[in-house]
Amino acid sequence: MRNTLKWLGLSMITVVSFVSCTKDLDRTPKYGNTAASLYVNLDGYRSVLAKVYSGLTLTGNSGPDGQGDIAGIDEGFSSYIRQYWSAQELTTDEAVIGWNDATIKDFHNLAWSPADVFVRALYSRIFFQITLANEFIRESAPAKLAERNLSGADATEIGYMRAEARFLRALSYYHAMDLFGNVPFVTEGDNVGSFLPTQISRANLFTYVENELKAIETELKDARTNQYGRADKAAAWALLSRLYLNAEVYTGTPKYGDCITYCNKVTAVTGYTLATNYRNLFLADNNNTGAGEFIFAVNFDGNKSRTWGGTTFLCHAPVGGSMQASDHGLDFGWGGIRTTKEFVSKLPDVLDSRRNFYTNGQNLEINDISEFSNGYAVIKFRNKTSTGGSGSNPTWVDTDFPMFRLAEVYLNYAEAALRGGTGGNTTTALNYVNALRTRAYGNASGNVNSAQLTVPFMLDERARELYWEGVRRTDLIRYGQFTEGTYLWAWKGGIQAGRSVANTRKLFPIPSADLVANPNLTQNAGY
Amino acid sequence: MSLKSSLQACLLCVGLFAAQWVFAQDRTISGKVLDSRSGNGLSGASVTGTTSKVGAKTDASGSFKLTVRATDKSLTISSVGYTTQVVSIEGTDQVQVTLAAVTGDLGEVVLIGYGSARKKDLTGAVATVGVKDFAKGPLTSPEQLINGKVAGVQITAPSGAPGAGGRIRVRGTSSLSGSNDPLVIIDGVPFDQQGGIAGSANPLNMINPNDIETFTVLKDASATAIYGNRATNGVILITTKKGKAGKLKVSFSTQNSYSVVGDKVDVLTADEFRTVVNAKGNATQKTLLGAANTNWQDLIYQGAIMSDNTIALTGGINNLPYRFSVGYLNQNGVLKTGNMNRISTSLNLNPKFLNNNLKVDFNVKTTATKNKFANEGAIGAAAFFDPTQIVNRNDNRFGGYWEWLANNNQPDGLAPKNPLGLLNLREDNSNVMRYITNLQLDYSIPQVPGLRANLNVGLDYAKGEGTVFIPDSAAMTYIRGGVNNQYDNTKTNKLLDFYLNYTRDIKSISGRLEVMGGYGYQDFQRKATNYADYRANGTEFSPAAPFPFDVQNTLVSFYGRTNLTVKGKYLLTATVRRDGSSRFSPDQRWGLFPSAAFAWNVSDESFLKNSKVISNLKLRLGYGTTGQQEIGNDYAYIANYTLGTQTAQYQFGNTFYPVQRPVGYDANIKWETTTTYNAGIDFGIGNGRVTGSLDYYFKDTRDLLSFIDVPAGTNFTNRIYTNVGDMTNRGVELQINTNLVKTKKLNWDFGFNVTYNTNEITKLTKVDDPTFIGVATGGISGGVGNTIQIHSVGYRPSSFFVLQQVYNAEGKPVEGLYVDRNKDGLINNLDYYRYQSPEPNWIIGATTSATYGNWSFSTVVRANIGNYMYNNVFSGSGTFQPNSQLFLGNVHRNYLETGFAVPQYFSDYYVDNASFVRMDNFTIGYDFGKAVKGISNLRANASVQNAFVITKYQGLDPEIAGGIDNNFYPRPRIFTLGFNVEF
Repeated sequence: MRNTLKWLGLSMITVVSFVSCTKDLDRTPKYGNTAASLYVNLDGYRSVLAKVYSGLTLTGNSGPDGQGDIAGIDEGFSSYIRQYWSAQELTTDEAVIGWNDATIKDFHNLAWSPADVFVRALYSRIFFQITLANEFIRESAPAKLAERNLSGADATEIGYMRAEARFLRALSYYHAMDLFGNVPFVTEGDNVGSFLPTQISRANLFTYVENELKAIETELKDARTNQYGRADKAAAWALLSRLYLNAEVYTGTPKYGDCITYCNKVTAVTGYTLATNYRNLFLADNNNTGAGEFIFAVNFDGNKSRTWGGTTFLCHAPVGGSMQASDHGLDFGWGGIRTTKEFVSKLPDVLDSRRNFYTNGQNLEINDISEFSNGYAVIKFRNKTSTGGSGSNPTWVDTDFPMFRLAEVYLNYAEAALRGGTGGNTTTALNYVNALRTRAYGNASGNVNSAQLTVPFMLDERARELYWEGVRRTDLIRYGQFTEGTYLWAWKGGIQAGRSVANTRKLFPIPSADLVANPNLTQNAGY
Repeated sequence: MSLKSSLQACLLCVGLFAAQWVFAQDRTISGKVLDSRSGNGLSGASVTGTTSKVGAKTDASGSFKLTVRATDKSLTISSVGYTTQVVSIEGTDQVQVTLAAVTGDLGEVVLIGYGSARKKDLTGAVATVGVKDFAKGPLTSPEQLINGKVAGVQITAPSGAPGAGGRIRVRGTSSLSGSNDPLVIIDGVPFDQQGGIAGSANPLNMINPNDIETFTVLKDASATAIYGNRATNGVILITTKKGKAGKLKVSFSTQNSYSVVGDKVDVLTADEFRTVVNAKGNATQKTLLGAANTNWQDLIYQGAIMSDNTIALTGGINNLPYRFSVGYLNQNGVLKTGNMNRISTSLNLNPKFLNNNLKVDFNVKTTATKNKFANEGAIGAAAFFDPTQIVNRNDNRFGGYWEWLANNNQPDGLAPKNPLGLLNLREDNSNVMRYITNLQLDYSIPQVPGLRANLNVGLDYAKGEGTVFIPDSAAMTYIRGGVNNQYDNTKTNKLLDFYLNYTRDIKSISGRLEVMGGYGYQDFQRKATNYADYRANGTEFSPAAPFPFDVQNTLVSFYGRTNLTVKGKYLLTATVRRDGSSRFSPDQRWGLFPSAAFAWNVSDESFLKNSKVISNLKLRLGYGTTGQQEIGNDYAYIANYTLGTQTAQYQFGNTFYPVQRPVGYDANIKWETTTTYNAGIDFGIGNGRVTGSLDYYFKDTRDLLSFIDVPAGTNFTNRIYTNVGDMTNRGVELQINTNLVKTKKLNWDFGFNVTYNTNEITKLTKVDDPTFIGVATGGISGGVGNTIQIHSVGYRPSSFFVLQQVYNAEGKPVEGLYVDRNKDGLINNLDYYRYQSPEPNWIIGATTSATYGNWSFSTVVRANIGNYMYNNVFSGSGTFQPNSQLFLGNVHRNYLETGFAVPQYFSDYYVDNASFVRMDNFTIGYDFGKAVKGISNLRANASVQNAFVITKYQGLDPEIAGGIDNNFYPRPRIFTLGFNVEF
């Protein structure tokens, strides 16, 4: 009996001690934060807001790569700006790319499939951005601030940040609507985890973006009172002006008058001026040279904000052939992007400073897209400063990417006015266009008169002013020239002479990966 | 509770057991138990008082001392594999007993999870290879010892790099995203399945193969399920050599070898390349041509010397048997500048105490490895560097190596770099230390005959550190200013295992019951220091990441097994394991992994018992479930934020702010579960001259971790590891070992095994969607982000996903022309099809060994059939076209066949049948015996490793894990001369 008891006791001790070992199964990351430990002060909120902004520029938590946000694609390609740019520019007369990377040539061929890795990366990036913004908006709700004892000036500042996160979400939803049309719809009311978002129609998403931007109009900081790189009221207005300019494409109903209204709100702000030198707007120090003209720019830095996408891509990829990389502040060129002769013909005048092609050793004709010497090289984004110096690092560039600048608002106004938008004034329109041309020519020699200022002229003028800034596809669609036979460029539709393609190509397909993951989604017509 | 305190608790238990042994004595009997076969003492036999059941075990010399009670009139003496005997002790205190060995191999004891079993009593699919059957030759990595020897086990031979390891697959692959590596357990200490340590070429090469005694491969779930959520990919138990009591024996083995590279990548000669450029190139390219004739590949490879030496001491000091060995390996790579040198020690002490009731097994293994890693980038560079260029510049720029320059007179960022510059200007050194130690106490509790307590505590600690230096003059890193970096990392793996095992004969059924129950705790910690990235001059190029790498995961397990033997011929085994893993949320972390198996020793039935033909026949049926918790992330279920690096900040105004990113997570992630069904026959024909086994298995894997797209907008990433897929593996294994000739002078053994395995993905998405093409995988070189393989439902994993090439009348592939498989008039992504798999359907191994007098001979030949390879060397470098780049690259001779101008990466032309037959080694030995005074035995051997390969595959080597051939480190042919001396 004594023995039995002893055995029993021993077994008990053993079992109890073993069971308590199961507490060791609660392993948590030794470094890192939870929401509770992060959102305790303004710094915590700011660091997450910085992540939301950097979603537009960086590809992950480690610059230039190593902890990517998006999987399933080379991290350098997963950059928001790089993919957005590819979708908006490689698909048009403004750019071709020579590389053999997966299906990248399908952009220019207008032949992408729902399985396209780049289309999927763009879509994933947009929704990563929306999910990030939702998280910030959720965690910065007034009730949460009260719960966390945040009040006074900090709470006010977090309130502005919250409006900025809503702006960034609206911007991404705008991109989603423009590129993909009918997309899944999630807001801060949807928690993270396993659920299937429902699909919103393009027209309804238009209304949502419109309402969001109008709602935060009052909540954002006044124009030009926020830090450089952060959105203010003018950023929302500029986006609204672009939204309304294209309203007919998105909803079937034109809203040129609203476009003019919001252009006017921007132009009424004291302080916005055109930079004196067009070419300086796209240089390593454009945070200074563009400060008066940029309404909203996303920021890069060769040492502190490194990525293989964004402007690092836009500066390196067009350098090749006999071009000297060091002339552009770079270690070496990536030899990829050129332009078509159709685009070159939009800028015939050598006096126009916006014409900046590299032609030495380059053929105007593109016989072989893969070959860098086919097609003129374009010099726009560069890692040189306005004073002739180089960016802080030859590999990763300093140049910021202007998402909205005053020139676009001028052009939006002019086109909306010419198209008969309520409240538009064609004299003002002419003044705006000539302001841009005077800057481009350095004098009034390139100015146009009111007879020359037509709706078709505006498409070309936008190309001259805004090429490679990510609006070309949208512009061509609005003018009915993107898929149609009305305007052909080299290798449009995959043949050298160019050809029309199905109108359904005006929208990108919902990536098949998301159709598989989310049965609530219906594919866009034609795919 | 910490490991330390659990340890204390367990030691306390053991201490208490031990305290009881002194009770109730009467008189002491001593004696010796002998083995009928050898006549030597038989160790480990159990001696019990027939009535009182008090017992003891014999020591290494077969001796025992047992204090029996007055009631005991006889002793029962038994040992696994021997016929039990009862001897009278009336009127004597001294006995000597000879136990008769059970004939055939039925007496062989086989290691199983947490214990051992007689081979006869096994119910699962278990294969053992002992030291006498190991592959011979200079093997630096242990798994090579059994390559080709075990059915169902595929070991891809390692590349030619010093210290490289092979890839082991047991019964195919059953995970797409998790690990497919088996659980490796050395002397009871499971290795970290997350693999190696930075600075080491291969985790297994930390063990000196000369110290290994046996390999046991547990294949089916009834054998592996006792290892629960780590067992899906099979379990490999390795035991090292143990101490043996007796006089000091010293053995010394030395293997000295010379390695040479056979074939090299078949590129154009300088003259041929000049012809191509002059015919097809543009004006610029023609001017770039040089006048030299340089064979770059000849310049980077060398004949390499390797020496592998082990000295081992075994013996006993009083009652303390020991074995101690020291090994020294020094291996040069065939790629110049590469070297590995390894000093390994192994100490084993296995004394017995308390009347042999307490068996102690103590092991300490250490290795110190120094690696000089050759820059393997030189392999591809040498193949395709322009052969018309000279090797050296006439000045000292770029280390004196000729390089392609951009028009700013600096190295061209896109151009290939001089292979010798790549090789000689990069210093990449590492030091890796590893200690594996364990103490196993096995106590047979005298008061309860048949009850054993077993405690195993272990520690596996590894530390790797290294440096990389590239001078600022080197072209490869010229733009950034060279490299001057360091790294270090550690891994600590702590183990505690405790089990009780109770065995009891049940007379009523002429059978035996064995019950085992235990507890296991294992903790893994991995740490790495974050260093900044420096230029050669020591200035910072990129700052260090904000936090060091420091992760930990823990497994807590409860397990049990019951074996029931009825009439010695009906065998039932049931096991269960409850495993908890810290990698999963509290709701998901516990899993139950049961198994059951039945075996029938048919040959023990009366109708076969006297058969002259069939000496053994056993049927086995097994079923069980196992898991796979190696998901690659220790915290995948936890919502948290991570801080970005200093180079991933964002600018507001003039200030840069660090970012905090919410991390994507799956709160419900859990292990993959595999259910295995196994049916097998073990047979022996002609008194054991032919033995073998045949197994059929079916593995059904559920909750497959797949890296799939989450619905957009629902998580902080676009793809996440989640349990969505299903996959099946099925196969047949046949293993036959025969003794072909056995005469006084000649003995000739032949072994043969063949495995058929096929697998199929049966589900990949949460919601079934037939339009889903699959998950792309298999990244290739050429373009960025290009993949050549796909996981698709209805196909084998990693099937090649390619376009079907169109050939002209002469049978030449037509550039850019593919079959319009869906007949929509377009050649696009919809025309891709799934073509073959990189994994073989058939794996065949044949081994033979013969001795004739003093001569011996052995060889291992392996074959894989049905495996295909994507020849990325052909597809990437078999093209030439004019371009505006200011450099040239040689082309593969395949270009002369295709004439392709533009790379056609996705053509099925490049997917080749890579079935092969390889003679892994061929060894001849001569036994000099006691040729010299003072030497008890001297053997000499000469061998050739990688003697030949027969294949239709046109690339360099048909055996590359993963099925993508791209500048593979060539496997050399190795000639070895070795001696084994025993003193």
